[in-house]
Amino acid sequence: MSKERIQISEDLYDIMPPDYQDLVKSATYGKEDRGWKDIGTSKELIEQHSLCAGCPESMAFRYILASLPNPEDTVMVGSTGCTSLVFPMVAVHNIHSLFGNQNAIASGLKRALSVRFPGRVKDVVVLAGDGATVDIGLDMTLQAWFRQEKFTTICFDNELYANTGGQESGLMQKGFVAKMAPVGKLFDKVRLPEIARESGCHYVVNCTVSKPSLVEKVIRNAVHIAREIGPTYLQLYTPCILEIGKNSMEGLQEMRDSEKPTERFAYKEYISEPAKQLLAELAAKDKERKAAAKQLAGQASA
Amino acid sequence: MSDYRVLPGPEHFLPPAAASMGICLPNPGEAHINGVIAPEEKAYEEAARQFLMAKVPTIFPGPLVLWAWNEKAAKKATAVRHLFNTLVECVQPGQKPMLIPMPDYRPKYPKINPEVEINPNHPNLTIWHNRIDCCMFIGVHCHQANLSLKIIRGGTSCYTIAMCAQAGHEDAMLSFRDASVEKIMKLADTVKRLKGTVQPRLASANNGVSS
Repeated sequence: MSKERIQISEDLYDIMPPDYQDLVKSATYGKEDRGWKDIGTSKELIEQHSLCAGCPESMAFRYILASLPNPEDTVMVGSTGCTSLVFPMVAVHNIHSLFGNQNAIASGLKRALSVRFPGRVKDVVVLAGDGATVDIGLDMTLQAWFRQEKFTTICFDNELYANTGGQESGLMQKGFVAKMAPVGKLFDKVRLPEIARESGCHYVVNCTVSKPSLVEKVIRNAVHIAREIGPTYLQLYTPCILEIGKNSMEGLQEMRDSEKPTERFAYKEYISEPAKQLLAELAAKDKERKAAAKQLAGQASA
Repeated sequence: MSDYRVLPGPEHFLPPAAASMGICLPNPGEAHINGVIAPEEKAYEEAARQFLMAKVPTIFPGPLVLWAWNEKAAKKATAVRHLFNTLVECVQPGQKPMLIPMPDYRPKYPKINPEVEINPNHPNLTIWHNRIDCCMFIGVHCHQANLSLKIIRGGTSCYTIAMCAQAGHEDAMLSFRDASVEKIMKLADTVKRLKGTVQPRLASANNGVSS
């Protein structure tokens, strides 16, 4: 649905719930420089959700939705997990796939959108948990990358199966004891960022969501590169505070602790050569656009 | 022809799809009332009568009219508003017409606000909350309308009318097909014409609440 079609019928405007009126009036659809700083001053694309109080995943959702460069023409593909509880409250088109086949769904969807809307930019973004991305859906995840499908895969890595009570996942760290994994993880955390790079992803980032500006940057880069060049992968640490024995207020600190240089979520980024070139071009265009806008503002005020 | 009749419920937890019970959709120029094919003219009269009899006659406009996708959608929205205004003019004291939107089909969890909207995944909540005993769906995509109509028939005693832009709905108690601005306006005219001739069932209404 493109922005110009998101209009409420005038004669029924008054009966629409306020959320929808706000979405039309003050959401950031179509705004070129939309980003996390819009949070608080415009209608967010996420309404109330049913995640736990203080859940870092809810922060991640808000930053991601604020940062998507083209939300009115974006389709998100979700999978089973805590994220499934949030997607119904999100004002971006989304599809709930079967557990694990999100990258297969996204592959077909991206291709179909390219055929159906040849002259229009349509972004596809997969957002799934670590169980769906690395365990149950690893085959589909990798095959999409091998085929160079042009969409972004985001993994919310909370290092276990959170909403089923804390079972061991492939991304759990070695030795970790969870409620439903009492023996402790016996082998290392799967190194999916490295696997993504070797599988053909053009942009790979491993980080936490403690810094909204960083999340904004990597989301925009990932979507732009996926749109023009090929698959991109973001692995974002969104700890499940309940399953690791933390309180609601401690999610942010947990992420900060985990992103220290020697820790497992120290910022890691891989950019392929074509992707580097694209980002440089985009940066140059952006600079040009901002300079022109500044000049225009100067003329207007003179 | 099937003996099954599509009647106000509560039928039971999982009512059968009316189509599976042998109910057929009307041909162009026809409608169905309780699953029996009838001339469209008769359906206008019956729909208007049901509206005028109800304690809380309600229109549920869906996304196809709430959002101004194109000029036609906006015109239908105007017609829906006209129908509602007509209802307000024509009912008697004690009757309370409502216009409640179904803005989209998201399964809103943990809850919806039944005072301001209806959701196709649990339409019964809005009907129970507002004690709606007669409703009309318009501008709701067919698969979502079918789902809602079945849930309503299963769990409430609400009379359902479908003003369908396609081939009609077996699961409604009364269904028009090929809905257009003209048909909505004609229904409004019929309501106006029957004003004062129908006795509202104020005392006897069980207000959409299942027993």
